[in-house]
Amino acid sequence: MNSLIRLLAGLCLLLAAQGAAGPAGAADLAPLVRMLGAGGFDGTERAVAGMAEAGEPAAVPVLEALLAGDLHVRKPEGDVVVARRQGAEMALTDPLSGASLGTAAPAVVDKIRINNSLRRSIRAAIGSLTLMSPDPRIRLNAAHAVFKSRDAAALETLDTALGRETDASVKQAMAEARASVILASASAPEEQKLAAIDTLGERGDREVLSLLTGLSRDAAAPAALKQRAASVVTDIEQRMLFWDALQNLWYGLSLGSVLLLAAIGLAVTFGVMGVINMAHGEMVMLGAYSTFVVQEVFRAYAPQAFDLSLLVALPVAFAVAAGVGLAIEWTVIRKLYGRPLETLLATWGISLALQQAVRSIFGPNNREVGAPSWMSGAFELGGLSITYGRLWIVVFSLAVFALLVVALRRTWFGLTIRAVTQNRPMAAAMGMRTPRVDAMAFALGSGVAGLAGVALSQIDNVSPNLGQAYIIDSFMVVVFGGVGNIWGTLVGALALGTVNKLLEPYAGAVLGKIFVLVLIILFIQRRPRGLFALRGRAVEA
Amino acid sequence: MFLKDRVLAFASGAALSAAILAAPMAAQAQETIKVGILHSLSGTMAISETTLKDAMLMLIEEQNKKGGVLGKKLEAVVVDPASNWPLFAEKARDLLTKDKVAAVFGCWTSVSRKSVLPVFEEMNGLLFYPVQYEGEESSRNVFYTGAAPNQQAIPAVDYLAEKEKVQRWVLAGTDYVYPRTTNKILETYLKSKGVKAEDIMINYTPFGHSDWQSIVADIKKFGMAGKKTAVVSTINGDANVPFYKELGNQGIKAEDIPVVAFSVGEEELAGIDTKPLVGHLAAWNYFMSVEDPVNSAFIKQWKSFIKDEKRVTNDPMEAHYIGFNMWVKAVEKAGTTAPDAVIDAIVGVTVPNLTGGYSAMMPNHHITKPVLIGEIQEDGQFEIVSKTPGLVVGDEWSDFLPDSKDLISDWRAPMGCGNFNVKTGKCGGKGA
Repeated sequence: MNSLIRLLAGLCLLLAAQGAAGPAGAADLAPLVRMLGAGGFDGTERAVAGMAEAGEPAAVPVLEALLAGDLHVRKPEGDVVVARRQGAEMALTDPLSGASLGTAAPAVVDKIRINNSLRRSIRAAIGSLTLMSPDPRIRLNAAHAVFKSRDAAALETLDTALGRETDASVKQAMAEARASVILASASAPEEQKLAAIDTLGERGDREVLSLLTGLSRDAAAPAALKQRAASVVTDIEQRMLFWDALQNLWYGLSLGSVLLLAAIGLAVTFGVMGVINMAHGEMVMLGAYSTFVVQEVFRAYAPQAFDLSLLVALPVAFAVAAGVGLAIEWTVIRKLYGRPLETLLATWGISLALQQAVRSIFGPNNREVGAPSWMSGAFELGGLSITYGRLWIVVFSLAVFALLVVALRRTWFGLTIRAVTQNRPMAAAMGMRTPRVDAMAFALGSGVAGLAGVALSQIDNVSPNLGQAYIIDSFMVVVFGGVGNIWGTLVGALALGTVNKLLEPYAGAVLGKIFVLVLIILFIQRRPRGLFALRGRAVEA
Repeated sequence: MFLKDRVLAFASGAALSAAILAAPMAAQAQETIKVGILHSLSGTMAISETTLKDAMLMLIEEQNKKGGVLGKKLEAVVVDPASNWPLFAEKARDLLTKDKVAAVFGCWTSVSRKSVLPVFEEMNGLLFYPVQYEGEESSRNVFYTGAAPNQQAIPAVDYLAEKEKVQRWVLAGTDYVYPRTTNKILETYLKSKGVKAEDIMINYTPFGHSDWQSIVADIKKFGMAGKKTAVVSTINGDANVPFYKELGNQGIKAEDIPVVAFSVGEEELAGIDTKPLVGHLAAWNYFMSVEDPVNSAFIKQWKSFIKDEKRVTNDPMEAHYIGFNMWVKAVEKAGTTAPDAVIDAIVGVTVPNLTGGYSAMMPNHHITKPVLIGEIQEDGQFEIVSKTPGLVVGDEWSDFLPDSKDLISDWRAPMGCGNFNVKTGKCGGKGA
């Protein structure tokens, strides 16, 4: 979407430029455009540099098309055209005028290849060419691009643009870009560079840190510059220390929410009902595959509503997992109540069978589950960088938890579950159909696991092995939190996640995980019933 | 754990008998040459290995259309070691003793190869191993058709240093033997090129690691020291998808910090949305996007065999293609499938590869290959940005590890040694 807007804006710019400078600008560019398609990466690189130097905004849409991979060389003429797929054919347009050149078979055009260093040059060129754009958003992007490219050739345009700029935030970005360019330039006087360091110091984020750390370690730089840069670096690093701690805490919370999601269904089947369900992970997996199927349907029939696919997947995943859970309860677990070892073996077998069934139906390969646009990307909060996907998962896991608590504490259904699990004979004597309650409770736990699968499909592989990765962690969380206490699961999951993430920077991922396991073993020895032990008669039952 | 293993063994036993029943049990048993396929069809490794089983079945079917080998039809014997390392050795023994196969094509992980190695040496069988690995091994009975580190890792690092001017390196891998050995080799290599210790960060993660937030943040931080930084990834299997998703989410673009991977191919990318990954790199000896008539024909054949237009081809499939054709040629040259004769005949055998050239079996039982570097594209394919001008010979004993740099391997008579020490002039160094 964004690139489309930029492309359109670029086109407007092109028209405006043509109005002002006449067709001469486009004519000057024509040989450069032709050069783009010749001489491999080096030839393209030279042509891009030439376009940046020519300072002709008409080149912007050409560069955008090159970046998007739409520029092709037409055989046998050898001219450069924009070619986009249109059914089985390619629709050709002239890159400068935008005039249609008809269609051609895909074999007739050769895509102009770009690599990373070319991508960098193209972005830098677009940046320096769009500094004067009428749209403040494009100017802001241009300033960021120049900040990164540090291209001395852009300095003159940058100064003119700064003088004209009215938008405060764009002006600041341009000033920072200018400082970055000046620091990189060999010819700028020392006092200008010192001022540039101060400008950058005020911004004080990681990118600035990167620039200044490089400078402070550069042996060739003058001593005064190095000193100033080093002191700013120390300042920024000190500020970062605080944010880093917060960032780790956020990662811990986020990992904790994933653990919570994986364990929350188990908290019902194992925690409340006492069934050791080794197939719990496979319920999560089924939820993830339901998401995949729902997304496939959306891709086929309603691609424009793709962002809603996850919301639709939620009830589907719940229904599928709950249905399978119900079937398992009816056919297997019902016959094994009170025999934990046999239950463990039987459910382990079911988990293998479910895995192989999914493998036979969907194949052993990972399935692609797309992220809706509202779950992609990240935003900055102070010095924290928070990704939307993780944020939504935290929110979702807490919401599922809250719903489950309400369902168990505040509804008649929850009341019957609690009654049956606390004192089965008494509940039966009161006229409750206990087998039916067992089945419904097991279905509820499985369904919640299916919900977890929808969220986990966003961060993990959707493969038949998805569930195995979570089964151990889930049991760990439930046992640590205290069997039978759903609040214990919440606290246990968040505590384990946080401890894991706080240890990771010091111990590494492998040792960190081992430490957490050792901690849990020690803890369970001290408190065998977990964080929140149930008290009273329920314990003995 | 004991209990779990027993259950697993039982379950995979059941899967095995199913697989044997499913394998073609033709009536003309005595007129065929049996070929063993030892790839996991269930368990964690099924994701990668099932494809190779299918590729082998296709190659065997093709060969039979051409009239088989030595006038006899080939017959595939498929077994399922179920991603269970000890089971690999059991199945290998069954293939060699009960089914009496002429050659076995199989294994993916190094640990599975190590598990079957003594069996092949004891029973004098032939194993063709199609996956890139850490080197440090050369057996008379094994043919390594995947890349050794000098055919993948070192050219990739050279590319980044030359073309992307990388000065700071993150070596990130899954915690097991392949990444650890490869990273040791790379670390020595980088230091020999003048990279300082503080510019190398090494990070290991457990198998199937799925929470990459802090590690990706660490990489980001490491890359903010004013020098161009790249990540060299030996992250294995399923852990790659969440790793790349996290890179995309935290906005690490290939233009800022490129990631070059040694275990990510077309098949792995099929499970990811590759838009945020455009420009990240992989080093292989084959890419599906290679423009060559032999490759186009192979892709067409594969799609029609598997009856799915969307299926992709990858590097280990090419390794099996080369290995299988080498075996066929060696058997025809020797006039028999007897292992000793084939081992003698196969050295020097040259067959076309899928990248428009020829690969040859060398005396150290490794093959010659070109090295390609590709950048990930939006469609999940790789755009080839670099190709070595000639072929690279697989180096089994790395020159960058202190205790293996003096070793060479040559299985031809009269040397016939997999670990000859050129300093002491004796056979029998490391890994005997």
